[in-house]
Amino acid sequence: MIQIHCPYCGETLPELEFAYAGEAHIERPLSPSEQSDEQWAEFLFLRENVKGPHFERWRHLHGCGRFFNAVRNTITDRFYITYKAGEPRPDLATLLEEDK
Amino acid sequence: MSKYRLRGRGRVDSSKPVVFTFDGKPYTGLKGDTVASALLAHGVHLMGRSFKYHRPRGAIAAGSEEPNALIGTRRGPGRFEPNTRATVQEIWEGLETTSQNKFPSLKWDVGAVNDAAYMMFSAGFYYKTFMWPRSFWDKVYEPFIRAAAGLGVSPTEEDPDTYASRYSYCDLLIVGAGPAGIAAAREAAGKGLSVILVDENPEMGGTLLSEPQSKINGKAAWNWLEDELAALQAAGVKLMTRTTAIGYYHENLIALVEKLTDHLPTLPEDTPRERMWRVRAKQVVLAQGALEKPMVFHGNDRPGVMLAGSAQTFLNRYGVKVGNTPAVVTSHDSAWYAAFDLQDAGAFVQAIIDTRAQVRQDLQDEARARGIPVKLSHTVTATGGRLRVNNVRVNPVSGGTNVGAGQWIKCDALLMSGGWTPSLHLFSHTKGSLTWDDDLTTFLPKDTPEDCVITGASRGLWGVEAALRDGAARVGEALAKLGIGSSASEYSVEDDRTGSGVMMRELPTDRSPGKAKAFVDFQNDVTAKDLRLAVREGMRSIEHVKRYTTNGMATDQGKMSNINGLNIAADALGKKQPQVGLTTFRPPYTPTTFGAFAGYHRGEHFEVVRKTQIDAWAEEHGAVYEPVGQWRRARYFPKAGETMDQAVTRECAATRASVGIFDASTLGKIEVVGPDAAEFINRMYTNPFLKLAPGKCRYGLLLGDDGFIRDDGVIARVEEDRFHVTTTTGGAARVLNMMEDYLQTEWPDLNVWLTSTTEQWSTVALNGPNAAKLLAPFVEGIELTEEAFPHMSCVNCTVAGYPARLWRVSFTGEIGFEVNVPAPYGRDLWEKLWEAGQQYDITPYGTETMHVLRAEKGYIIVGQDTDGTVTPADAGMDWAVGKKKADFVGMRGLARPDLVAPNRKQLVGLLTEDNSWLEEGAQIVFDPKQPIPMKMVGHVTSSYNQGTTGRPIALALVEGGHSKMGETVYIPMPDRTIAAKITGTVFFDPENSRLKI
Ligand SMILES: [Zn+2]
Repeated sequence: MIQIHCPYCGETLPELEFAYAGEAHIERPLSPSEQSDEQWAEFLFLRENVKGPHFERWRHLHGCGRFFNAVRNTITDRFYITYKAGEPRPDLATLLEEDK
Repeated sequence: MSKYRLRGRGRVDSSKPVVFTFDGKPYTGLKGDTVASALLAHGVHLMGRSFKYHRPRGAIAAGSEEPNALIGTRRGPGRFEPNTRATVQEIWEGLETTSQNKFPSLKWDVGAVNDAAYMMFSAGFYYKTFMWPRSFWDKVYEPFIRAAAGLGVSPTEEDPDTYASRYSYCDLLIVGAGPAGIAAAREAAGKGLSVILVDENPEMGGTLLSEPQSKINGKAAWNWLEDELAALQAAGVKLMTRTTAIGYYHENLIALVEKLTDHLPTLPEDTPRERMWRVRAKQVVLAQGALEKPMVFHGNDRPGVMLAGSAQTFLNRYGVKVGNTPAVVTSHDSAWYAAFDLQDAGAFVQAIIDTRAQVRQDLQDEARARGIPVKLSHTVTATGGRLRVNNVRVNPVSGGTNVGAGQWIKCDALLMSGGWTPSLHLFSHTKGSLTWDDDLTTFLPKDTPEDCVITGASRGLWGVEAALRDGAARVGEALAKLGIGSSASEYSVEDDRTGSGVMMRELPTDRSPGKAKAFVDFQNDVTAKDLRLAVREGMRSIEHVKRYTTNGMATDQGKMSNINGLNIAADALGKKQPQVGLTTFRPPYTPTTFGAFAGYHRGEHFEVVRKTQIDAWAEEHGAVYEPVGQWRRARYFPKAGETMDQAVTRECAATRASVGIFDASTLGKIEVVGPDAAEFINRMYTNPFLKLAPGKCRYGLLLGDDGFIRDDGVIARVEEDRFHVTTTTGGAARVLNMMEDYLQTEWPDLNVWLTSTTEQWSTVALNGPNAAKLLAPFVEGIELTEEAFPHMSCVNCTVAGYPARLWRVSFTGEIGFEVNVPAPYGRDLWEKLWEAGQQYDITPYGTETMHVLRAEKGYIIVGQDTDGTVTPADAGMDWAVGKKKADFVGMRGLARPDLVAPNRKQLVGLLTEDNSWLEEGAQIVFDPKQPIPMKMVGHVTSSYNQGTTGRPIALALVEGGHSKMGETVYIPMPDRTIAAKITGTVFFDPENSRLKI
């Protein structure tokens, strides 16, 4: 069982308390009606499906209830970092360098 | 004393005889014996029949890796367990054991006819029979496979035992208490760390238990062991025996199964049978040792043929000679010591047959000194004996492959050793990488992503001294990560038995290899011939070979067969072993009971059953329940002798005639509060909410951003900044999660709080022409008149003395109220209404009547009439979509090309022409005469036979249904085709005339 650090609670806790919530940094357009069909389809359906470090969302469902972002390696399940929703996407190269 | 027992030898207690039965016959063993050692002491080698060919089999090993000697164990009613390894099960007074896979008896087995048909059941048998001939499947193959498949028989009674589940945290967990594990524990002990040392055996010591001849730091091995374990105990190390580390999971979580009672003659009170530990360790030391490899030759599965190291264990640990006149066949030095030990114990070793041309001179000298004949550069080509080996055919080999004339040597046991395989199971669970070692012809551990070190024979080090030194040194790396310095203790061992050997595939033979029954996987009856056939038939990867032949797929997880299988497959492919690869090791390490996994989660504790405050009243009044999500809900309230149809018909009629009472407490409830609450609701739901006045309710439809219906419910604006949102019973958690997602991550600027209040309210619904009359006397603060409290109103008031949120809403088409009171008051409110309602013949109704009444009015149930691909327009609910809104979740989605395309499946009513009832889920076609496969154009979503319209009604999704009113569609069923007319979805009171008070 993985352990996940909740950036809001500041604690590293068992995976059972959390729920996966899909790819991160996909922003809902402010004016959806102005989106073309292609743009809207991309927003709704197209995901990276990364093999390796993946930017994704988790929710501390059975804890504080907050959604947050994480970078997790989809091969090893290693979490490189978790960070609060709204914070900028961390630089992947730096993260991987720090992890060595 | 039994024939093969050596009094006073081993670790069994000669003063404590224990009587148990095997296939009904009593045997006397000694305390400390396993079933296998006790049977062997009586000269009983035949312990089971094999899986596929029903060949007679005996114990080949002495530990948990045993593939053959599987038995059933019984301890009174309910306590039967199949597939127990006889080499692991400790005996106790009264234990009943039985052999498996035999009929009518172990010695005369009818299924052994499979063995004669050996050529038919070779590699890929399962796959080939699946394909050809098709007509044979039902009558020949399937019955045969069903009868033959599976090991042992399942228990038929409920397991009366309890199984515990515990969490534990420690600094250091050491798996395996042989020399390496004990040395590691000793290094870590007394340093203020929490240390756990586990071993699957009843006592610790590992290989030392089988090799008492060595002296460690001047002490006899068993004295040293006793002193070390005492020292560890004194230093606070937690020692756990009969505890198997079954799996190694992410971030040093190790699952341990501790067996507490299987070895006890009487069961203690209040003790679970097994305890599953989930241990989160900061550092882990893996010291699981190595497993001996069998040799692969014709007849290597005959009872009496066993691993040399295991024979040594039976001798030294249990005081049992596995034979009086054993022979030894080996390609490794270690088997020579087994021969010496047996000879010294009074057996007459008939020969040591070594495939190698060169063997250490000191070993040859020792054999000669004992008078044991030695045959170097020899192979074994056959064994004889019906239910027990009684001779072995030995041939000289020159030039590696030239096999000379055979000679039969008499023997009553044949001990074999093909060398040793490091136990890498748990290391592999960590996703640790392996590296092939050409000298040892085996895989060795390399890197692991976990905080773990591996030591001793698990990494290819042979001998007690090497294991002790390595354990002490390697644990230093783990201790350093814990911030503890250490300097590895020194060990010196006298009479240590180290050795080396060479890797063999099948042994060379002068007979046709195609006819050889040279077993690689004993439990699944896979031979060397099967593996080569799999390669010839095109299998290239070891994973394919494994699945095609089932090599390594038995309950022993390939502990003995994987490396031999790999060597043979690699040879057949003409590749090196690492290019062919090793199959994946998966947890559990040894077969584990369902009980251990289930732990406390059984019976009522298997899953939460949510009950409302009114649930007990329903139970007292004979409700029949149905599960809805985790809730159990009253489905209907049958009177004596009533069927469900009769009860539901009566409940429907009574509600429409006077008044029905319904427990709606399970509806999901979310309190939405804050200055931006109206804005938030307006963005989430399709309907306009900004102008909804406090004191008013509105139906709300929730879409996903793809435009499809996700949920619905009535939403009340309780105050300017406070909404009481209801969701479907099953959708509550999902809707709250979705709301939180949008609020937290898309609109964090909105000042709104969301709180689940599902469990905080009891909700009692009253529906029917007399609902207002019944309720009015209980209500303070509002008059229940059309003017003061019109349909779709809500008010905070007092009902029956309790603070309440009273709503006037209807899911039936009748005058309706929902009274929300703080949950604990629910039952009292219900009973008061029930009592007062007697004058109106009040009728309690369940979910089934609720479904019928709503369907008659064409109200949808999300998840029944919709399936995640239905838009508001498809459901005929465009009226619920705000046309002037700038945005709401799903608004842009509704404009997607596919969602505005013509001919979408649309919700319609169906009335069958012959008044028959349609099956929910039944498929619909336009033309019943078209050829099969017909084009299906929709399906029945809801169908009822018990309503107030006097005829069956149905709702259905039909392609272009809204423009096909009055047309006929067809529902083909197995026995006939039913014609039905497309109608609107409202079957009852289309004018909504009944809502007025
Ligand atoms: Zn949290």
